[in-house]
Amino acid sequence: MTAGSALAIEATGLAKSFGTTRAVAGIDLAVPAGAIYGVLGPNGAGKTTTIRMLATIVPPDAGSARVLGHDVVAEADAVRGLVSLTGQLASVDEELTGRENLVLIGRLLGHRRAAARARADELLDAFGIASAAGKLVKHWSGGMRRRLDIAASIVVTPQLAFLDEPTTGLDPRSRGQVWEIVRALVAEGTTVLLCTQYLEEADQLADGIVVIDHGRVIAEGTPGQLKASVGTGSLHVRLLDPAQRAAAARVLEAAVGTVVLEPDPAALSAVCPDARLAALGMGELGRAGLGIAEFSLGQPSLDEVFLGLTGHAAEEPPSATLEEQAS
Amino acid sequence: MTATTTPGGTDTAAVRRAIASTARPPRPGPLATALTFGWRGMLKIKHVPEQLMDVTITPVLFVLMFTYLFGGALAGSTSAYLQYVLPGILVMSVVFTTVYSGVALNTDLTKGVVDRFRSLPIWRPAPLLGALLGDSVRYVVAGTVILVLGVVLGYRPAGGVAGALLALGLVVLFSFGLSWVYSALGLVLRSPSAVLNGGFTVLFPLTFLSNVFVDPATLPGPLQVFVEVNPISVLATASRSLMAGDPDGTAIAVSLAVAAALTAVFLPVTTRLYRSR
Repeated sequence: MTAGSALAIEATGLAKSFGTTRAVAGIDLAVPAGAIYGVLGPNGAGKTTTIRMLATIVPPDAGSARVLGHDVVAEADAVRGLVSLTGQLASVDEELTGRENLVLIGRLLGHRRAAARARADELLDAFGIASAAGKLVKHWSGGMRRRLDIAASIVVTPQLAFLDEPTTGLDPRSRGQVWEIVRALVAEGTTVLLCTQYLEEADQLADGIVVIDHGRVIAEGTPGQLKASVGTGSLHVRLLDPAQRAAAARVLEAAVGTVVLEPDPAALSAVCPDARLAALGMGELGRAGLGIAEFSLGQPSLDEVFLGLTGHAAEEPPSATLEEQAS
Repeated sequence: MTATTTPGGTDTAAVRRAIASTARPPRPGPLATALTFGWRGMLKIKHVPEQLMDVTITPVLFVLMFTYLFGGALAGSTSAYLQYVLPGILVMSVVFTTVYSGVALNTDLTKGVVDRFRSLPIWRPAPLLGALLGDSVRYVVAGTVILVLGVVLGYRPAGGVAGALLALGLVVLFSFGLSWVYSALGLVLRSPSAVLNGGFTVLFPLTFLSNVFVDPATLPGPLQVFVEVNPISVLATASRSLMAGDPDGTAIAVSLAVAAALTAVFLPVTTRLYRSR
């Protein structure tokens, strides 16, 4: 945290249970104003529940939080007047057109009809979704829907925007477009709390990150600090034959570093600080006669971050359920 | 799913201008907010007009079925029975439609847009009140279909057009009050079909064990007592009296009081449920 800067979000001991499930088990947050702050964690870690408490949608069972100086329970209405929420399920009305969605939000926030329409058109143009403005949102692609969702969040520019997994399920191009919008938002002075399960996304956008797991904060720092704690890179390998994975794991463990088995039964990756070591590892695999389908050197995955921080892998592979939600 | 693609993407300079350019307007009043949600309901009907089937086709079926099925047997002729049963069918058809308010609300809850509504700085009951105001338009459609069809089949209200419209207005007000009950049910039950089943499990006995179809004079004692205190009977009596041009002040007042009481009790309950679900 930058010393002396005002805090946009200050939470202590925030907790929420649903039945017997402790979704959030006591989270402390200190989010500085004017920055992008990432909340990183796998599915079910408690990210969405945390955001919903901070956005005054559900009251916490225990603990307290102040958002832009207002208590989320006692002064919920004041908080609502300053923040906006882009939910994990697209928070737009699929049975209306894109333009109608934006006009609806504009009217609800107090714009007169003409002003609401003008604002809707301005946002549709700026976000590159004007061509589909008259079509029902249920016929839109996932990437356009996300942009509409964010547009709906800034019909009146909020002081703080909650973005819950804004790029999950998007193709790389749509993801890049959403990132651009998020950067513009911060450049214009809005604080952003970004939930994500992609380390790469947090790394690209966030100035500070908390990692949460099982409803608790397990690490906190800058993206650089976080990556340093788990190794600077990662060698990903997919084998031709899944049956050879155990053998490949032994080879990489010896030649490169800690190995993580990926959800794909033919894939594994090894913590790997540099390209030279990666080349060495690939050579060893070749010498051992293991057939390689593909390999790459990249950032550590969320699984590897979790392994580095907790000694156990993220429990759910971050893919299947979210693809479903986006379709 | 039909994918719609757009050429080009976002224009960073335009995005920054759009983000920077806003002034926060003053907050709208409660009624204006509710009416905006009512407008949302109207837009959905505009996009999917088929959803008006339950307020057009079903009432037509009710009028034709009950008039020609029971008319000869109960009143000697279908035309005589129509004079008795039409105000009753008006009540039944419109009251049945209130269940769909609960179903629609339950369906809405599964969508992400509800979270956005909850996060907006708006008067809390507005999304619910607005939806029910929008549904009231459906009640007016159903009632109008029945009145027009009735006149086509030979129904002649002694109270004239004014009497018929007053009866329609009363039925719509009563249904608005009742729709709060189904909204609460829609927020408590888990699925739209549960709301539908639960709703009609209550409404079938209430409408059939009333004076909608028959004069309760022939009923066995205890049943007669139930029929007479049944609010659906009171509403049917009030509507008949208005359409006959001989308003029954007590029945009208009781109908309005029931609607007001249901609204007074269930508006806060429903608003609370909407917040916590």
